[in-house]
Formats: sequence, C-alpha cells, structure tokens
Amino acid sequence: MDTLANLADGFAIAITFQNLGLALIGAFLGTMMGALPGLGPANGVAILIPISFSLGFGPLSSLILMTAVYYGAMYGGRISSILLNIPGDEPAMMTCLDGYPMARKGMAGEALSLSGIASFVGSIFATIGLAVLAPQLVKIALLFGPAEYFALFTIAFATLGGVASANQAKAAFAAMLGLGIAMIGVDTQTGVERFTFGEMHLMDGIDFLVAIVGLFALSEVFIFLEHRSTGGADEGKLKNIGRMMAPWSMIRACIPTFTRGTVIGFLAGVLPGAGASLGSFLAYTAERQIADPQGRTFGKGDPRGVAAPEAGNNAAAGGALVPMLALGVPGSGTTAVLLAVLLSLNITPGPLLFAQQPDVVWGLIAALFIANVMLLILNIPLVGLFSRVLLVPIHILMPLVAMVSFIGVYGISGSSFDLTMMVCFGILGWLLRKMSVPLVPVILGILLGNEMEVNLRRAMTLSDGDWLTLVGSPLAVALWLIAIVGFVAPMVFGARLKRKMAEEHDEVAAGD
Amino acid sequence: MSDRIMGGIGLALSLFYIWAATIIPESFMADVIGPSTFPIIIGVLMAVCSLVFIARPDPDPVWPPLNRLAEIGFAILVCFLYAQLIDELGFAICTALASGYLCWRLGGTPVTAVLTGLGLAAGLYLIFKTILGLSLAAGPLGF
Repeated sequence: MDTLANLADGFAIAITFQNLGLALIGAFLGTMMGALPGLGPANGVAILIPISFSLGFGPLSSLILMTAVYYGAMYGGRISSILLNIPGDEPAMMTCLDGYPMARKGMAGEALSLSGIASFVGSIFATIGLAVLAPQLVKIALLFGPAEYFALFTIAFATLGGVASANQAKAAFAAMLGLGIAMIGVDTQTGVERFTFGEMHLMDGIDFLVAIVGLFALSEVFIFLEHRSTGGADEGKLKNIGRMMAPWSMIRACIPTFTRGTVIGFLAGVLPGAGASLGSFLAYTAERQIADPQGRTFGKGDPRGVAAPEAGNNAAAGGALVPMLALGVPGSGTTAVLLAVLLSLNITPGPLLFAQQPDVVWGLIAALFIANVMLLILNIPLVGLFSRVLLVPIHILMPLVAMVSFIGVYGISGSSFDLTMMVCFGILGWLLRKMSVPLVPVILGILLGNEMEVNLRRAMTLSDGDWLTLVGSPLAVALWLIAIVGFVAPMVFGARLKRKMAEEHDEVAAGD
Repeated sequence: MSDRIMGGIGLALSLFYIWAATIIPESFMADVIGPSTFPIIIGVLMAVCSLVFIARPDPDPVWPPLNRLAEIGFAILVCFLYAQLIDELGFAICTALASGYLCWRLGGTPVTAVLTGLGLAAGLYLIFKTILGLSLAAGPLGF
C-alpha cells in the first residue's frame, strides 16, 4: 500500500492550476508533433527542452510539460498512419497496416477513436506498471556498486541499437562518438583540461542540449531539403473522417486485444533494447496469430489490427520509463531524450532519486496519469482538428522547426558559439543518418559519458587499480553477460527481424 | 564505398583522439587510472568499429545529386550566417531572412516565402519574447 500512499502524495503535488495547464499544453503540442510525419517524439521533446529550461519553471512543472509532450507524441503518431498511410513516427508503423484500410472503407473516425482508446488503455496500465515495478527495481539497484553501474551503462549502450539493429558496428561507433564528445572539457576529478585545445568555450564541455537539438531537429530540416520534390503530394488524399466515435460493440470486442497488446508492449518497453517500435510489432503479430490465424481480415481493415499495435506502442512507452527512472539507464531513443530533460533540470534518475526526492518521482508518475486522461479527452473529440495539422505545408513547418531550435539553443546561453556548434551537429546528424548510423547512442553517450567514467574510476580506486574488480561480483558478471548477449543477438537475428518488419509494411503499401 | 570512407575518417579521428588523450597533462590530484585511460579505451573501440566498416562495408546509401547537395550546402551556410549575425542584426531580422530563405528552397513561392519569413519572425518574437519573456538578441532597431 506504500505505492498508493506515495501516489496520493504525488497527485497532491502535481495538481495545481499551473501544472494542469502545462499538461494540457504539452498534450496538445505533443499530439500535433506526433501527427506530423518527420517530427517524432524524440524530435518534439528535443526542441522543447531548451525552451522549457530557459523559461525556468520548477523541475516538476517542466517534467509535467515534457512528459505530456512525450505521451502526446505517442498518441499523435497514429493520426497520419490512419489517414495518410504514412507513420507519424516509427512506432506507429504497424498502425498503418489496418488503420489505413479502415480509413479507405470510410471508417477513419472509428479507427482514430478506437486507436485513441487503445493508446489510453496501453499507457494507463503501463503507468500503473511503472508505479509498481520501478520501486522494486530500485531495491535491486541499491545493491549496485560502481563496478555494477559501469556494467549497467555498458548494457545500455550494447542494447540500444535494438534487437532490430542491422549493423552493430555502426551502433557501437555512434556510442563511442557520443562518449568521446562527453570527455571534452575540464575533468571533474583532477581538474585538468581534456580535448579543449585551448578553446575557452569548450572548457565546460559541449552542452548536450545543443547536441540533441542539432542532431535531431536541424538534421531533419536538411533531410527535407534533400527530398523536397518527393513530399507534399499527400494533401488531396486526406479522407473524410466519418463518424467520430467507435460503436460500443467494436470497443467491447477489442477488450481482449487491448489486454494482450498492453502486456506485450509493456514487457517490450521494460526490457533493454526493445522499445516502442518492437512493442507495437510484437503486439500486432501476436494479435494476428491469436485472432486471425488464417489471415482473412488482418491487413484489410480489422479493428483489432488497429487496437493491438496502438496499445502495444503506448504501453511500451510507459514501460521504457521503468529502467530510465529506477536505474537512470534509458531503454529507448525517446527515453534517452527524457533523460536529457531530467539532467537539464539537475535531476539524476536512479535509486537515489527515489530515496531523496520522492516528490519528484511520484509527482511525475501522477503527471503521467493526468496527461493520459487529458490526452484521451483531447483526442476523441478534437481528432478532426489534429488531422488538419497534416495540411500544414512542409515549407512553413520546417523553417518553423529550424527557428524554434535556434531560439531554444540561443536561450540557454545567449552565445552564437553554441548556435554554430548546433549547426555543426546538424550536419553531423545528416551525415550519420545518410550512413545509417543511429543517432540515439550518440546522444546517450554524451549524456552518460561522464557518469560512466566516474563509476569506472571509482571502482578502480576502490580496488587499487585491479581491473578484475569489474567482474568481481556475481551481479556484475550477470550484467556483463546481458550486455554481451544484447550486443551479439542482433548480429544473428537483427537482419531477419528488420526484414520481416519491412515486409509487413510493404505488403500493405503494395496493395494500395 | 561510402562505408569505407567513413571507416577511414573514423580511423583517423580515433588515432587523433588517442593521441590527444595521451597528451592530457598530469595533475597533482591524480587517481589510480587517471584522466586519460577512459578516453583511450573509447578511441581504441572507435578504431575497431572503423576497421569493421572498412572490412565489411554496407551497400552505399543513395546520395543526392550534386544540385541537391549544393542545396543543402547553401542551407547550412544560411544557418552558419544566422549564428554569426544574430548578435549584430538581432533576432527578428535574422529569423525573417533565414526562414524566408528556407521556405523558398523547400518549395514555397517567393511571395509565400516573404510572408512566411515575416510571419514567423513576428509570431515567434511575440510568443517567446513578449509572452514568455525569453531573452532574444536585440538588433540595431531594438528587436
């Protein structure tokens, strides 16, 4: 019952007029960003972090705003999947499979409201799961010493490429790039300068916010410039939404689907290296095998094919918060960006956070519940409004994204050096994307690099320079084994899984 | 081929990084492994990854044609100019020019581009400076 009492405290802190307003704004902005193709949850949160940082809200208020954006983007991704057959973000890919055929049958409104409810069910139960599971994980994490933490960080990097990663060398390269960037600046333990080459601006290191906004948001603008002629043809295709609400019989028929999708998605979210994309993929394929083994209705507009991946993807988004909050180690790209939010507010997630600042933890969890309810309320009646967002032309949207990025970064320090640095990261992000090097490990490396090094050096100091201390306890050995399996498994299964996910998607696109 | 080039650059970068790590000065507050060990580990792993790229390259990505590359190059130039000029010209002028240019290059007509530039500069100024009170660079005209 501890959890309930804590949660009640959390609600008491979170429910203020300002916080509710911020949750509403965040939910609204997030849904819009999720709906826009090319501006997924990670980008959306990334361009807002520096702004919420410069505005100087309290930590809890900023957190509420950003998590509302995060959950909102997860809801919003389905809108363009259903209406245009273009996933608004990667996890919404599976929703295209049955959502778009439903829209073609004139059932777009049913598909949207059903997927809205599925999103709500998925994330509300995932948030409950977070409230129950995270404190248990904290109890384990309290046994960790520096050596175990070092191994844990290694797990994060080894598994971040994901089970569906095609090339592990590229994921590892990205992680090293990020860690390397994190080393720049004055060493906190000895006070000597590293990799600054006498440049004053580099003494404090490179601000991770500058890197995130450049890598994610600005590189997106360059990508759009590159593909200018291919986009923009979707405007005529927007379907008439039809009736606003799915009939009760349809919702009731989907209740088992919601349950299965939520459980699968949550587990995929908690496990390192899986994340929301895999959560929705597994939820969809499992549902198809259970509900429609002959393949008669799935892929042709079956409501269950909309409900399963949406419940799965939102449950995974909640599940991914478990390791992020309890261990300080994010399990997916978007949670890595949320970690950046926490760090920019001077909150270091992990077991100590639960012990020292329970108000932040439980206020955040309460905020997630609030954001969810708001999103459901916003999404069912206002979905027509959100679908209008899809009509905003790229040549207005992308300059807006670029300018908001500039404002945010300039707002942090008011220095044009940071702006120049951000543009450099934008170029780097574009090049890395072209070479299919994942960007998330770079970000995570910049975020966790110093913490990782501190733990290594602390472990070494404790053992007086004996490297075997890193595998000195059964717990550490277990963690290293997980890291190795997590890194090696994708080399074996990754290509096959990725191909399967692409095939599923192509089949439907080809049947257009 | 692209992967091999990236591997080559990565290798050069990692060697430079390792070299730069070895010249980190000693400090009087030295701990057991010192400030250069972890960076050297990073550099070595980066070199290993680069060698993998060279040995087993992926198929080439689709690189845009030359005129598209120039397009991106000019956009990058505009972004750099924005960063350099914001302290001289101020937020509003820079934003109007840069967003107008980007809008035009992303397929807007010249008229839309001018309107978008002016609209974004005014709108963002209103939201972020007037309502939210963020500090944006003031130009010679005071905005």
